[in-house]
Formats: sequence, structure tokens, C-alpha cells
Amino acid sequence: MIAYILKSVGQAILVLVVVAALAFSMFRFIGDPVANMAGQEASQQDRRELAERLGLNDPVPIQFARFLANAAFGEFGMSYRQGRKVSALIAERMPATVELAVLSALLATGFGTLLGVYTAIRRNSWGAHIVMGISLIGVSLPTFLIGIGLIYLFAVELKWLPSFGRGETVKLGWWTTGLLTPSGRASLIMPVLTLGFFQLTLIMRLVRAQMLETLRTDYVKFARARGLPESRIQFRHALRNTLVPVVTIAGLQLGSVIAFAIITESVFQWPGLGALFVQAVQFVDIPVMAAYLMFVAVVFVVVNLIVDLTYVLLDPRLKSSTAVVGGGK
Amino acid sequence: MARFVDTFVSAIVAGALISGLATTSAEARAIKWARSGDALTLDPHAQNEGPTHALSHHIYEPLVLRDHTGKAIPALAESWALTADPLVWEFKLRKGVTFHDGTAFTADDVIYSFERARQPTSDMKSLLSSVDTMTKVDDHTLRIKTKGPNPIFPSNLNDLFVMSKAWTEKNNAGKVQDFKAKEENFSVRNANGTGPFILVSREPDVKTVMKRNDAYWGKGQVPLDITEITYLPIKADATRVAALLSGEVDFVQDVPVQDIQKLSSDPKLQVNVGPENRSIFFGMNVGDKELKTSDVKGKNPFAEKKVRAAMNIIINRSTIQRVTMRGQSLPTGIIAPPGVNGYTKDLDVIPAADAAKAKTLMAEAGYPDGFSVTLHCPNDRYINDEAICQAAVGQLATIGIKVNLVSQSKSIHFPLIQRNPPETDFFLLGWGVPTFDSHYVFTFLYHTRTDKEGGWNATRYSNAEIDKLTVGLTQETDLTKRNQTIAQIWKALQDEVIYIPIHIQTLAYAMKPDLEIPVDISNQPKLKFAKVKK
Repeated sequence: MIAYILKSVGQAILVLVVVAALAFSMFRFIGDPVANMAGQEASQQDRRELAERLGLNDPVPIQFARFLANAAFGEFGMSYRQGRKVSALIAERMPATVELAVLSALLATGFGTLLGVYTAIRRNSWGAHIVMGISLIGVSLPTFLIGIGLIYLFAVELKWLPSFGRGETVKLGWWTTGLLTPSGRASLIMPVLTLGFFQLTLIMRLVRAQMLETLRTDYVKFARARGLPESRIQFRHALRNTLVPVVTIAGLQLGSVIAFAIITESVFQWPGLGALFVQAVQFVDIPVMAAYLMFVAVVFVVVNLIVDLTYVLLDPRLKSSTAVVGGGK
Repeated sequence: MARFVDTFVSAIVAGALISGLATTSAEARAIKWARSGDALTLDPHAQNEGPTHALSHHIYEPLVLRDHTGKAIPALAESWALTADPLVWEFKLRKGVTFHDGTAFTADDVIYSFERARQPTSDMKSLLSSVDTMTKVDDHTLRIKTKGPNPIFPSNLNDLFVMSKAWTEKNNAGKVQDFKAKEENFSVRNANGTGPFILVSREPDVKTVMKRNDAYWGKGQVPLDITEITYLPIKADATRVAALLSGEVDFVQDVPVQDIQKLSSDPKLQVNVGPENRSIFFGMNVGDKELKTSDVKGKNPFAEKKVRAAMNIIINRSTIQRVTMRGQSLPTGIIAPPGVNGYTKDLDVIPAADAAKAKTLMAEAGYPDGFSVTLHCPNDRYINDEAICQAAVGQLATIGIKVNLVSQSKSIHFPLIQRNPPETDFFLLGWGVPTFDSHYVFTFLYHTRTDKEGGWNATRYSNAEIDKLTVGLTQETDLTKRNQTIAQIWKALQDEVIYIPIHIQTLAYAMKPDLEIPVDISNQPKLKFAKVKK
């Protein structure tokens, strides 16, 4: 087990370095930060001096090496756009994104699994047809359209919910949360729905398909023949066996929800990392872009590691197969 | 539509009435102000950028301010004049002004701030490049000696904000942004100015709160009806407009063109429209022997004045205004916006649409079948920039000019123009004139490219005579003579058709009906002038 984890960590570091290298080779196609930073009146000489000060005149491999050396100490430099420390910016923005992503993921996996099971077991009921119909909207409508639709309905027409921002937040050490104030909670509703809706329908459809598959297998038929209660068959035996692919997908989705909440954050002016990244790209704020891409890579690597470990818990065969190989039988 | 025209006209008329007049305030209230982007920093010398200055103008103040029509009005300087020595300007500073922390404002603060703005890492330094020495005569008299005669020097000071020397030194914020520093500068998120509003809190990209400065020197001279400003950047157009419709914000500065009509017809809202100090135009490589991106080899079609004249005719500004801009632009025949010294109605001539004449000109120039060329266009800088280029591509095709359109982000587009030599043959550009003087246009867009001049002139146009006259403008202190030279330069340049002017951008501000916030020509609304109606 320890060897397995060490191997995963080694792979993770390799992935991070490769991501950083790829990111750096791409930055120069995004544009020239000097064009955004130097004002209209700056002379050719001013621009050259600014590029020099930023170290942009050095060859890309040297810039990359410098970046790696600093990143190893958690140092990402100063944002070109705001003149503030990138690490401080990321720390300031992270709570908003994590709060949004975790709530969306909980919503998606919780309701996704419940509705998936429901539509599988009662697949010919009216309720199941309606749920399946609505879920089509979730998989087919783009996120920004759902967001704008919600804003129009609940903010502009009904005036129940705020159309943008996080509302009042409470500071807990360096963390900020909107869960402790009424306006913070109200501000969370629409972004969480928007971000979680696609994942919810995806997980629901996946659970349903897996469940229908499992309910047809021999061991379920055998369990029925043995006269086990239907609920026990469905939840204890069938559901557990549908969960391996669901955990894989849900895990990867959590990674992408944290990393790519960009659209939802932009639509709702949510002060998270996604919005920060969009602004960084427009301004060619290389330190922020680099730090964000590293953050995304870390999130994916960690989530994958956790998913790998969860498999072992869910599917005892994985444990025994390693034991078989290790045992050399 | 009639309502819109009325608003438009009244916005212009109201301009003359509001500026600087003492008014009796009717009501007072707090407002929430939303626009698409946040100020980059509160450090007043770190970034020479519109939205950054727009926020700073509420907290900090310059010596000389521009009102919303572009007229220079006194701020921290009560008056200014050239002394007997044509190199020395004397500024009489306002007395009894205090910074938000209570310290008194004196000439030392101005000298300190201007020195700070001249540091190599400051983005404002080019505006003070003509300064030789600064001398304090007494606490409220300042003399600035320039390196050569500079008749329009005060025009450079409109966005040069004065910080408190004591406060800045105490907080170790004397050095303008340094990207190699380990810590952020104190002045990036804290501020202590003399302005009409005091910073209460700032979360960059989220919210900035300012409350009215009750000790403001201008109390009684300006309305000062707004008691508190909550400044909210909301990037997505639809969300920003939704926030206004739902009543969560009171004033939206960047109203998307497509929403102006809808918002104007809403009885619970009011939309003010006015021209911005910014023209949009095409530029062409008129200087090279051959165009890199054209199928014509061995010669440069843009070097032919007849080709440029034909393009000037065939590009239909009224179609672009009607279709692309949904009526929200002012078609123009000159790249200097109205209000800039040197602009005249006589120069602003849009050639009549005459396809036959354009075709004849092309044939006479030796290109009856046209030619191909690449047009570079930004897609995130000006209002509908990419759509303007698309419209022009279709129009140019009717005289055989086959345009390959490349539209990309401003971060990629601007370097094509700025690099020496430029890397574009045909491009779209917009230009604002912060000094409100034609010299600014000549020196950046028409002067031969050197290390100092012609920084945005990607046309390769080089005319020794124009260069000499342009440089001469900086030495001439007789304003009448100077204006004659400006007229002479414009006449020659308009005849050359180096650029093809398209239009002047217009701005739209939407607000609750009890607010009166006129459109600011520099797009930096100063809310001390805003009025709250009953």
C-alpha cells in the first residue's frame, strides 16, 4: 500500500512538471504582457525596459527554470495585473471556489444517486419519465444559459435571489465563508445549481444505466429467488456494485468542478479562482496563469489518487488481486 | 428612438450647465456603481489605465481636472499660468485642503508625488518627461520648469494624483510597483487622498466602498449628493444588466450596445448617451516597397493614394453605424475626436458613397481587379471591434480587395502595431486623446517612427515636413500661431488619407431615474458632480 502511494506521488510530481513545461511553452502565444501593462504613452524604450524588468527577454527555458525553482518554495511572484503576491491572491480566492465546488458536488452526487436509483427501480412510473425529461435539459443546455436563465427568473423577475457576487461573508482565519450569513446563503443557491446541474444529470443517468444493468445480473435474480427483501437487494447488493464507475466519474467531475468553475464564476461574478484565471488570461498575467494551472494539476492529481484508493474499498477484488500478485501464488 | 435622441441631446446640453457650478442638493443617498472591470490598483502612479484612474479620481485629486465635457477646471491648483520665463509654469495651490488622515496639503506633497510618478517603474512617467525642476515658492505656490517650452503642459496633469508625503513615507510606499518585490506595496490596497470620497474597504475584483468626505474643500461648490459609493465590477454583460434590472445596483457604466434600446424604454431606468473621446479607424502600410500579406509582388498597393481614396469611399460608415453599432456611434472623417483642439467640422468630411467612383479610382491606380491583403483586428478592446472589421471586409470586396481577416486578443494585436518594424499591413485601431490636443495624435500616429515618436504609427508613413511641424508645436508658445500650424498639418494629412476613420465611439450610462450622472467624455464619471433628484 505504501509503495503504491509513493509511486502515485512520484507520478504526480512528474505530471506537475510536465504541466508547467507545457504551460510555459504556450504562454508566448497568448500575447505580450507588456502591451497591457505599459500605458498608451509609453515609448519603445519604456517597453523594452519593462520587458527586461519582468525577465521576459530571457530565453523560455531560463524563465521556466526560474519559475520551477521559485514554485518549489511555493513562491509564484507578483501579479502583473494587480501588483500583489500571487500566493495571496490564490489563497484569497480559493475559499469561494472550494465552497461553490464542494456544495455543487454534494448536490450532484447526493441527488444524482438518489434520482438514478429511483428512475431505475421505478422506470415506468410517471415520476421517472418527468425526471428523465428534465435531465435532458441538464445534459444539453450550456452552463451559461442555465445561469442566465436562473438570473432572469429568480433575480430580475421574482427578485428572490441576488444576481451576482457572494453576499456577506464571514472570516474564519484566512478562510471566508458565505454559509453563515443569510445573504451569503442566498447568493450560493443559483451558482451551486448552475454548476451542479450538469454533473447531477450526468451522475443520475450513469447510476440509472448501471443499476438497470446490475438488476438484470444473475446474482440479483438469485437473491430474489432466495427471497431477500427487495430493498436490501436494491441498496445493499445492486447499488454497491454500480458505484465503482460512478465514483470514478464523480471524482473526475469534482476535479473539473473545482478547476473549471470558470463559466459559472463568470456568469455570477463569483470571486473565485476561475474568474481570476479568466482575467489573468485576458491581461497575460503570466504569474497568475502559471500558479493557477499548477493548482489545477494538483487538484486533479490528488482527486485521482483518492479515487484510486476508494476503488480498493468498494471492490474487494482489487485488494485480493494485488494480494494474489504479491503473494506469488 | 425619439426618447433616445432626446436623452442624447440633453446629455450634451446638460454638460455645459453642470460643470463646476454651485448647486443646492435636493436629496442625498448611497449608490451602487457597477462596471465591467475593476481598477487594477489604488497606487495612483502604477497604471496609466482608464478604469484605474476612474476609481482613483474619487479618492485622489490632480492639480487640474477635466469635467465631463473635457473642459479643464481647477482642482488642487486654483490657478496656473506661464511666468515671464516661457519655460516656467506657476501653480497657485488651493489653501485649506486636508488629506483624509487630517494632514494639510502643501506644495511639498505635489513635488513628492510628481517625483514618485517620475520613477522608472511608474507608468505615469512619460506625462512628466518634459519636467526639468520643481520648486516650492511657498506652501501654496509651486513652480515647474520644463526642459523646453511646453504650452500645453497642464493638460498632462489631469490624471496625475497627489499623495500625502507623510503618509506615503510612513507606510513605506514611496516606490511605485516593483515586480521583483517580495511584498505588495501598501498603496495598492490603501489610500489617503484629498478627494471627495474616503476609502472604507477594498476587495479587488469584488467590491470597493467609499464614503463621502465631509471635510471636502469643494463642499458647496459641487453637488456631493452621493453619501456612499459601493463600486462593483461585474464582468458578464448579461449579469451586469440583470443587476440593474433587479435593482441591486443603481448605476451601470458599461451598457452593452444591444441593451441600450431595451433599457431606455424601461420607465424605471434612465439611459444617458454621449460621445467618448475615442475614434476608431483603419490604418494601412503605406511605406513599404511590398506588402508581406498581399498577392501583389514588387509594389505596394497601399502606397497609391488612389487606392486609399477608393477604400475611404467604399467603406460605408453609415451602414456600420446602423447595422454593426445599432446606431450607437458617430461616423467620422477625421481621427481626432470632436472637442480636441484642432478638430473642425470642415476637416470632418465623410466621402459620399459612390461605388462607381471607387472602382474607377482602383482602375486608375492600376488595380482594376483588386488585390489581397490581411487585416488585423482586435476582438476584445473596442465596442464591436471584430464586427466592424467583418463589415469592412464585405465592403472592400466590392472593389476587388480580398481581405483575409485575422481577429485576436488585444494582447496579441497591439504588439503587431508596437513592434519595430510593425508586423501588420492593415489594422484596426482606436485612439483617445487625453491631452485634448492634436499634437498627441500627430506625435503618436503620424510622426515617423523613432524611439520616442510614432510609437503607434504602424503605417510606415514618414514625412519630414510633417515631423518638423509636429515637433515645432511643442516649442511654440503663441497659441494662435500654434493653432494655425495644427490646421496646416491636418489639411495636409487629410489629403493623404493615411488612415480611414470609421466613427467616434459613444458611451451609454444606465441608472435609476432619480440619479443624474452625465456621460464623461473620458469615460471616468466623477460622482462628486452627480445629482440626486427628488
